[in-house]
Amino acid sequence: MSRKILTTPIKNEDLDSLTIGDIIYLTGYLITSRDDVHQRLIKQHKPLPVDLSGKAIFHAGPIMREIEGQPGKHEVISIGPTTSMRMEKYEQAFIAQTGVKLIVGKGGMGPNTAEACRKYKAIHTVFPGGCAVLAANCVEEVESVEWLDLGMPEAMWVMRVREFGPLIVSIDTKGNNLFENNIKAFNQRKEVIVEDICQHVDYLE
Amino acid sequence: MSVEAQRETFIDIMAKFTAYTGKHLPDDVLSKLKELQEKEITPLANIIYDAMFEDLRMADELDRPCCQDTGVIQYFVQVGTRFPLIDEIEDCLREAVKRATIIGPLRHNAVEVFDEKNTGNNVGKRIPWIDWEIVPHSDEATIYVYMAGGGCSLPGTAKVLMPLEGYEGVVKFVFDQITSYGINACPPLLVGIGIAGSVEVAAKLSKKALLRPIGSHNPNPRGAELESRVENGLNAIKIGPGGLTGENSVMGVHIEEAARHPATIAVGLSTGCWAHRRSAIKITADLDYEIISHKGVIL
Repeated sequence: MSRKILTTPIKNEDLDSLTIGDIIYLTGYLITSRDDVHQRLIKQHKPLPVDLSGKAIFHAGPIMREIEGQPGKHEVISIGPTTSMRMEKYEQAFIAQTGVKLIVGKGGMGPNTAEACRKYKAIHTVFPGGCAVLAANCVEEVESVEWLDLGMPEAMWVMRVREFGPLIVSIDTKGNNLFENNIKAFNQRKEVIVEDICQHVDYLE
Repeated sequence: MSVEAQRETFIDIMAKFTAYTGKHLPDDVLSKLKELQEKEITPLANIIYDAMFEDLRMADELDRPCCQDTGVIQYFVQVGTRFPLIDEIEDCLREAVKRATIIGPLRHNAVEVFDEKNTGNNVGKRIPWIDWEIVPHSDEATIYVYMAGGGCSLPGTAKVLMPLEGYEGVVKFVFDQITSYGINACPPLLVGIGIAGSVEVAAKLSKKALLRPIGSHNPNPRGAELESRVENGLNAIKIGPGGLTGENSVMGVHIEEAARHPATIAVGLSTGCWAHRRSAIKITADLDYEIISHKGVIL
């Protein structure tokens, strides 16, 4: 089976046919944006130093190393996804203001992000958590870094990536939410299981 | 050996060991992950496990941290009262973290509270965190390294229940947290539960439960039974690798307890992600070392 590859700049029609559970890969620009970047744009109204329109952001805080003999030029050592749910508070406004088309992270996001994905035609995807060297291996070049005053994990690292993935679509442009669906199933099973365990733990005298 | 030379040897061992911990999972975690992988049947679960093992292979080959979040460094020190460097341990461990940050390299993860500045070397106020246990009449030290990542620390919680909520209350507390926050914390998880009389004791014991080898059991028969019931129950929810559904949810459930107050049942919960970077090293009075968590490894 051939790989489904999205290339930046991503257009709305590139995303139309994608559904939750699909596996895709990304080629082009991927820029790290996590807690502090969201906070600076949405809460503090600071203009972003990078144009994210049609591009992809990565909820990630990497380990970068400055290349010897090339001041200011970095190579990526490890870069896996961070917990996307932390960004739920600001993600809807972030998508609306930036025009970002693809979000890469870990775990699910909530109804506000799903609504924004539907309204502004964007998707949220999951890279396998913890697989940071695998991800680093898909990075062709770290082109630049912005807002490094936030520290290594929170800065905006602008990377060019090649067939970056596997990325599992967790929210599609229809607003379907894979993790929300999973959680419903988990909670249904949980009720029965907890009730059963509680039959056996009456230790109080 | 002069104290200065002893310090240098100790710092060197702990710096290398700390960096090593970020790149290689301990033996018990690796074998449990392989066991869980073999039980998976769906393509998606298999893709995730394949990615995990490919990542570990590349981390080993390229000598890099297998997960970018090398955590806030925590040391759990069991030190003999006659260990020759007992006075030097704290200072040496802070230095070891600075060196490990460069040789790893480790991600910069110490953000000073109030100032909100990242120190850039993983050393900050009370960080690395050091937990002390004194071992009478011994001249050795056993040191656990734990990389407390953000993702796996996020589900951490503790609460004081009223006794009439019973152990049923403990079970519900754990299941509610694992099926919400736990899903995003890189399952299959190792689940640590502390039960005690007050919140800080329960919380601390829940973290110590994560230091126990996978496959070990609480020595109390009821404790062991509860561990097994919670483990089987969480697995039956089928959270799967990465929370994307699968045949299992956890690598294990460990419970540690302290006698409680008649009027309280406090419960603490800590989780370790699949990349559970927990290691243990024994250091003798002569500063020879043996790595307990990764058999046969020489630094």
